[in-house]
Amino acid sequence: MNGLKFSAIAIGVGLVVMAFAAWLGLDYFYFAGYTILQYIVLATAWNILGGYCGYVNFGSAAFFAMGAYSSVALHKFDGEIDTWFPDNIAPLLHAIFPLPIPILILFGGIVSGIAGLGMGYLTLRLRGSFFAIATLALAVVLQTLVVNWDFVGGSRGAYIIRPETIVIAGFEINYIIYLFVLMLILAVIALTTARAIERSQLGFGFATIRDDELAAEASGVPTLRLKLIATTLSGAFMGMAGAPFPYYIGYLQPASAFSLDYAVNSIAMPMIGGTTSWIGPLVGSVLLGSLQQIATVTISSAVNLLIVGILLVTFVIIAPNGLVGLTQEHWRKRRRP
Amino acid sequence: MVISVDLLINAIVAGLLLGGFYAAVTAGVSISFGMLDIVNIAHPAFIILGSYIAYIVNISFGIDPIIVSVVALPAFYALGALVYQVYYLSFEKRGQESLRGLAFFFGLLFITEVSLILVFGVDYRYVEAAYIGPSIHLGLIDMPLRMLVPCLVALAMFGLLELFVTRTFLGRAIMAVSQDQLALQLMAADPIKIKRIAFGISIATASIAGALLIIIQPVEPSVGREYIGRVFAICVLGGLGSMPGTLIAALILGVVESLTSTFYGPSWAPAVSFGFLLLTLAFRPAGLLGR
Repeated sequence: MNGLKFSAIAIGVGLVVMAFAAWLGLDYFYFAGYTILQYIVLATAWNILGGYCGYVNFGSAAFFAMGAYSSVALHKFDGEIDTWFPDNIAPLLHAIFPLPIPILILFGGIVSGIAGLGMGYLTLRLRGSFFAIATLALAVVLQTLVVNWDFVGGSRGAYIIRPETIVIAGFEINYIIYLFVLMLILAVIALTTARAIERSQLGFGFATIRDDELAAEASGVPTLRLKLIATTLSGAFMGMAGAPFPYYIGYLQPASAFSLDYAVNSIAMPMIGGTTSWIGPLVGSVLLGSLQQIATVTISSAVNLLIVGILLVTFVIIAPNGLVGLTQEHWRKRRRP
Repeated sequence: MVISVDLLINAIVAGLLLGGFYAAVTAGVSISFGMLDIVNIAHPAFIILGSYIAYIVNISFGIDPIIVSVVALPAFYALGALVYQVYYLSFEKRGQESLRGLAFFFGLLFITEVSLILVFGVDYRYVEAAYIGPSIHLGLIDMPLRMLVPCLVALAMFGLLELFVTRTFLGRAIMAVSQDQLALQLMAADPIKIKRIAFGISIATASIAGALLIIIQPVEPSVGREYIGRVFAICVLGGLGSMPGTLIAALILGVVESLTSTFYGPSWAPAVSFGFLLLTLAFRPAGLLGR
């Protein structure tokens, strides 16, 4: 199955999900679905670095938040155009701003991608657990910067009023459906990319870094370049997942954007699903994401983090290769009884 | 900006007191991460657990939090030994400690924190003791007992640990396991047993550090997250596993943080430790007194 076929199938599945949603006709489905799709993107992005290269990133929340805050900054910029620019330039900028969300997603991806590139250079000196701790540090430094950056609201947070509807090609679409569709497309792109990486020379290069970086370097694998690609891609996807978030949530504050919940989820989902292939993060995030939505509605949002924690610990102990690993083992046993 | 002298001196003194407390917080990680190479990022969560135990006993029976924490030491030791046993069987034995071990402790951090939230809620809790409130005045210097007592207890604990590690047989065995596990095995000692003891001790320090924490500031379950960075920053800056280095690094960080919050505002303080950590990792990963 080549990449084109795969993305066609992925889009097909996406359309089925859409049809199902339309048939349900529940706004809540879009809200919940958006969160799950967002986790698919985050988990897949984390897995590009964590699963393929073996570098644990505890700072997912920082990349996510950077995407979200780049949107907030652009939104605020839109509000300040008249005060910052002379009258002859302002109308020109008003024609461009406010930027449509796909552009914001792209922008968030670029910002977080650059940050990811920076993180990639950290891998020059830091391996293993040191790298993991450094990413955690990176997240807190960035959070402190945002808390002290008044333009985007500082610690008070920023409000973004979500429009009720949006008009695309003459059709009036509910805004939440619009966000949902965008995230669906993003999830398809992320999964297609991850799958393409896995089957390419790049993926094999990543695997050599994961298994033995020194040996890989000795055999002529350009480890630094590969690591930089991985961190940039991973960071960019996380930023893209975060960019529409302020419009989804309506009110963004540093504590929620930089919440460790994103970090633990984007680690737990691939770990529970399985880190060696693109299916793992997908399975993990759909399962864990739905479970959390159910737990949030029926019990409380604190409990859903407890569930994530317990599942994460259980899975890393009992099933180191996740659900995908478990099923593969099962099939192997059946074939050779 | 005119910096007044007494403000500066007080900020430095407050920083030193804070640094002494940070040393107690870091002692456990210095053992587990520095000597045993176990990246226990859940350590701050155990510290918060210690705070809550001190809190419950203090509120119900009015017993001093520091005494409570000393009584709770064996329980924390046992907890640590148990965690290490699980960690060893599931990760070290299989040689998977790097990626999955990290995820394991990360999960443990969340389980502890969320369990505390479910039981106690997210309200700030505090303890009551005679030395919370009054302060000593020495000329220009103001020393609140609330900070001084934890600092002294922390230094005492730190000194005892240092004596234990350098003077006793078991302590030297722990140093040995951190240097060469195979050689220790050749001496007919069981490295796993020694590591279990050492990890037990490292978690036991969390009991005392927790009590000190809740004396210094009101505690709610997610406060621990702030300490993840501090603890590792101090540990790395001090040179992994070096106890004197850890103490110096803790004092430096305490002073720098105190100066930052005095002169730039408390909202910048968290960035100090992590900034320190990033800089150290990038430029001198061996730390101040590293090998």
